[in-house]
Amino acid sequence: MEWVQQLVNGISLGSIYALIALGYTMVYGIIKLINFAHGDVFMIGAFIGFYAISGWGLGFFPALLIAMVACAIFGVLVERIAYKRLRNATRIAALITAIGVSLFIEYGMIFIRGAQPEAYPDVLSNKTFNFFGANISSQSLMILSVSVGLMLILQFIVHKTKIGKAMRAVSHDAEAAKLMGINVDNTISATFAIGSALAGAAGVIFGVYYTKIDPLMGVIPGVKAFVAAVLGGIGIIPGAMVGGMVLGVVETVVSAIGFSLWRDAAAFVILILILIFRPSGIFGKNTREKV
Amino acid sequence: MIAKNKLKRFASVFLASSLIVGALAGCGSKGEESGGSSSGGKDSNEIKIGMNLELSGSVASYGSSIATGADLAIKEINDAGGIDGKKIVPVKIDNKSDAAEATTAAIKLATKEKVVAQIGPAVSGATVATVQIANQQKMPVVSPSGTAPNITINEAGKLNEYAFRTCFIDPFQGQIAAHFALNELKAKKVAIYADNASDYAKGLASAFEKVIEDNGGKVVAKEAYVAKDTDFRSTLTRVKSAKPDFVFIPGYYEEVGLIVKQARELGIEVPLMGADGWDSPKLVDLAGAKALNNTYITNHYSSEDPDVKIQDFVKAFKTANSDKAPDAFNALGYDSVYWIKDAIERAGSTDSEAVKDALASTKNLTLITGNFSVDKDHNPVKTATVLEYKDGKQVFNSKVNP
Repeated sequence: MEWVQQLVNGISLGSIYALIALGYTMVYGIIKLINFAHGDVFMIGAFIGFYAISGWGLGFFPALLIAMVACAIFGVLVERIAYKRLRNATRIAALITAIGVSLFIEYGMIFIRGAQPEAYPDVLSNKTFNFFGANISSQSLMILSVSVGLMLILQFIVHKTKIGKAMRAVSHDAEAAKLMGINVDNTISATFAIGSALAGAAGVIFGVYYTKIDPLMGVIPGVKAFVAAVLGGIGIIPGAMVGGMVLGVVETVVSAIGFSLWRDAAAFVILILILIFRPSGIFGKNTREKV
Repeated sequence: MIAKNKLKRFASVFLASSLIVGALAGCGSKGEESGGSSSGGKDSNEIKIGMNLELSGSVASYGSSIATGADLAIKEINDAGGIDGKKIVPVKIDNKSDAAEATTAAIKLATKEKVVAQIGPAVSGATVATVQIANQQKMPVVSPSGTAPNITINEAGKLNEYAFRTCFIDPFQGQIAAHFALNELKAKKVAIYADNASDYAKGLASAFEKVIEDNGGKVVAKEAYVAKDTDFRSTLTRVKSAKPDFVFIPGYYEEVGLIVKQARELGIEVPLMGADGWDSPKLVDLAGAKALNNTYITNHYSSEDPDVKIQDFVKAFKTANSDKAPDAFNALGYDSVYWIKDAIERAGSTDSEAVKDALASTKNLTLITGNFSVDKDHNPVKTATVLEYKDGKQVFNSKVNP
């Protein structure tokens, strides 16, 4: 029964990692950029949700929507201001810019509102169910269903809509897509918007589930989500979901067998192992470099 | 280089101030011939007590609270006729929450003002900086709230003879919590969940564990977290399966708030306990008032303590400070003055060495923050107060003797 409980803990944690990892993986898939500022978009989402709930007295779903829309706009702004002009620059230049943007958002936030943490108000009524001896809160069920719902919507967008088709085309070959009449810039912006909206949703869910938010809260989840994306195969959307879940469960299991202080280390050991033995990730195909 | 500069500065201040003191002493002796005066010498009708406190800067709230408490005590003593007929004159210097400023202030108090003893600084770092001066100048230093062990015992394990403190040291709260768990809550199987990134929490945890095991209790789970973690559920699930009847969580409110909330969600309903690191209004926001029921903390004192002496103090303090209830720093500042007064009376003189010995040999002195004795390491052994959270409010629960 302890294991059922631990599995629930792991999946709840993993679904948050998965939501953030989706944004990483989508952006990487389309412009081969590891957007290190993504974790900070997650933080911005958490704060927008917080102000929507505590300032305007909104409920969970309206706050979630507002945070997603605001983060989508924010993500596009970041892309247009910082990354667009570097599209033909070296990848290392873009990567360093991403780190700079990340620090700028973090410390800009501290400059605006200070570094003190904020406590998320209780917006979801919390009942606890007993399920095979495990305590499952209605909150974690809600969080899980919202995460799964968002992932399904994403799959729908990518596979069944025109913009999704354009995204897949640009990701496959940007030059050819341009020749076929696809507006590459707009497609990239749409990718940033969708990825950032998911990060914003993850921020609000994180706030509700873990209560404490602060301007540097995005750093560790951001890096963990990056590990999850690599684990699943960076650039592959189902890979990010599975990677996030696996990472959440692995971290929980490491704590459950009594090595709670090694939990963060476990995540990075996974990263190192995957980079050594299967750099393309669980879902990645081994593609040969074209000469 | 820095050390050299410090030495130079120290030497120049020392020289300058000894010149001034020399000049003053000259005036003083002349004055005495002509029939008594109010010079600062040790034979006058005044007892000078220095206050080297954080009155501005980052921790100004600690220093000013101590000063307010001390002022009340000095006023009470002077109104009652002073110490052996001599009035206490406080000499306040603002150390600007800075260790270097605190050192300068200590030199000034020792050499120029020739105070009998120094109260302050409030924080450990600044206190440690003044302790060297205290030892050189033979000036007793009483820190009201410096909890670091190395204030009274230096790195080499040697006693700093002139350093004292009014508050208990950190690990002491772990002992108090253990006694409370065993005697008041009748806990047999306890769990410890400590912040592994802070010396404060580790010190509390090991002191707690030792007392529990020495008194027949059993530690069934010992887990750790690192500050800034947010997910404690997996470790708490592990704690739960060990079925403890009490969980000790030394740490700071930012993580503790989340731990308490997540523990209750997972169905850990047993009493939870921590120390003064929990003491922040933010804790209630993070954990929620309901989750905090059946949790306890140790602290220096409670203004809700029904004890007559404490209620008199609360009343006097409120009268003097426009109805504000005194906090722990106010009480510690107040107690520091009464402790020095007691030592001067027992020493029968204001000679610094005699006062130092009297401070060190204090036994069973009744103060606001507890019945007070001093151990061989110059740390107080005193009563601690246990507070309970009820619907998000701290309520006085009991007093625990070590």
